[in-house]
Amino acid sequence: MSVNRAQRVDLEVVTDLIPANSRVLDVGSGDGLLLELLQETKQVDGRGLELSQRGVNECVARGLSVVQGDADKDLEFYPDKGFDFVVLSQTLQATRNPKLVLDELLRIGNRAIVSFPNFGHWRVRFSLLVKGRMPVTKDLPYSWYDTPNIHFCTIRDFVNLCEELGATVEKATALDANGQKIGLSMPWWFWNFFGQQAVFLLRR
Amino acid sequence: MAAQRAARTNDEADHPSSPVLQFGPDKPLKLDAGTFLAPFQIAYQTYGTLNDARSNAILVCHALTGDQHVANTNPVTGKPGWWEVLIGPGKIIDTNRFFVICSNVVGGCLGSTGPASTNPTTGKPYGLDLPIITIRDMVRAQTMLIDHFGIEKLFCVLGGSMGGMQVLEWAASHSERVFCVLPIATGARHSSQNIAFHEVGRQAVMADPEWHGGKYLDFGKRPEKGLAVARMAAHITYLSEAALHRKFGRNLQDREALTFGFDADFQIESYLRHQGMTFVDRFDANSYLYLTRAMDYFDLAADHGGRLADAFAGTKTRFCLVSFTSDWLFPTEESRSIVHALNAAGASVSFVEIETDRGHDAFLLDEPELFAAINGFIASAARARGLSL
Repeated sequence: MSVNRAQRVDLEVVTDLIPANSRVLDVGSGDGLLLELLQETKQVDGRGLELSQRGVNECVARGLSVVQGDADKDLEFYPDKGFDFVVLSQTLQATRNPKLVLDELLRIGNRAIVSFPNFGHWRVRFSLLVKGRMPVTKDLPYSWYDTPNIHFCTIRDFVNLCEELGATVEKATALDANGQKIGLSMPWWFWNFFGQQAVFLLRR
Repeated sequence: MAAQRAARTNDEADHPSSPVLQFGPDKPLKLDAGTFLAPFQIAYQTYGTLNDARSNAILVCHALTGDQHVANTNPVTGKPGWWEVLIGPGKIIDTNRFFVICSNVVGGCLGSTGPASTNPTTGKPYGLDLPIITIRDMVRAQTMLIDHFGIEKLFCVLGGSMGGMQVLEWAASHSERVFCVLPIATGARHSSQNIAFHEVGRQAVMADPEWHGGKYLDFGKRPEKGLAVARMAAHITYLSEAALHRKFGRNLQDREALTFGFDADFQIESYLRHQGMTFVDRFDANSYLYLTRAMDYFDLAADHGGRLADAFAGTKTRFCLVSFTSDWLFPTEESRSIVHALNAAGASVSFVEIETDRGHDAFLLDEPELFAAINGFIASAARARGLSL
């Protein structure tokens, strides 16, 4: 996934959720930006799982503990509660079986942190409603035919999935188009309309 | 010239050019075969200086036909050390910073006790009287060498292929004595196909009448034809179809047309014959039998109740595994299954697969991505170990 400005903000939100010296598994660690940030600011014991070989090789060359693997296939090899936190940043929508992946995250980590682009954002709705076209935005730059994002969901959809999996939402944050946190006092429908990104802290 | 090199190889078995550590009857090597080897010796090379804390030592494990001359001119062949692209002053594994040790494996033929060494009870070469040696035995001997240097914990153990097996064995059986490991182009067990290729090689050696039931040195002979064929077959497995095609295609060797005979019409034939011929000058045939057997017997999961993850239970050692896309001797899946086991054991592990058409032998070559991975891994581990850069 390409890293852009709003996404960097979501990494900061993720980092804020993780206490120092935690054991962290970053699923879909990309070029290692989050792991590096966590190691520098929180001295975590961090590991990564990344699909793209290029991403993995770059991470390892920078001294990060990352293995090549597929979130859909390789999570089963990790032991129960082997990590304090398992992070899935901007990757859920690209997995083949998001429900299974989320289930695995909750099994492997004492806590799971999931961030994803909200498909309920008003720009997305606007694009479909008015233009009749699949949305292509700054944060979702792919056309429908070449997108790796095969399972989009809205914030509401995600909350439903969490309920289905028996996961408790400990904390949730929505970020608007400028990467600003949307006020906690706002109702779900507001988040679902104006949140471009969402970050959830879950446990089971 | 070839005869001289062969004589030199025979000589290296008992009196190597390298320093030798001798263990008397009071310090036998315990063998998996259920016996003890005593006396025995280990020939080794070192590079760089051991620091006062004895914390900067790196052990390099050599592959099947490798030796201890990892970063110096080989005394038998006159060629550069087999990993000089990686190891030396200012190189990725910088001998100005690290104390690098490489020893000839037990069962080898360049100075550590092996089948070509003189059996003290008979005064003749061991031949097949040497007990079968395993990867675990090799590593046990290496721990005795490390003890000799007063090194409690190695900073790193690395190696490819059979060397990688030794690295995994270090991590499994002596994890408290090694901070980080780099097993490259290897597997936690030898596959059926790999055992098959080794058996072809061994049968070629044993079918050579000059082998004399393993006692050829007593007759002043060497089963060169058999060993050359073994090497030719094995060498194919170290390359890839794509690399062979790129290098040789169907090109003819010094001729315009097919000769309608069994000369080496094709370049690839000529190349393999050359590989076979040069190999027999520098390697002992019985040693080839012993070392291929050691690899065949290697099965780390079987040593730990059938579950590979148990081999690494509770390990604090950092791992970095490397495989190559075109390696069909130790394909990526072999490394991946080790990674899965390490993940299950909660170990700290990195794993890179490197895109190349150079096959298994890629680990010995100048592969920038391999070097970048090794460099990143070593540098980060050195920081964690508190070794100054």
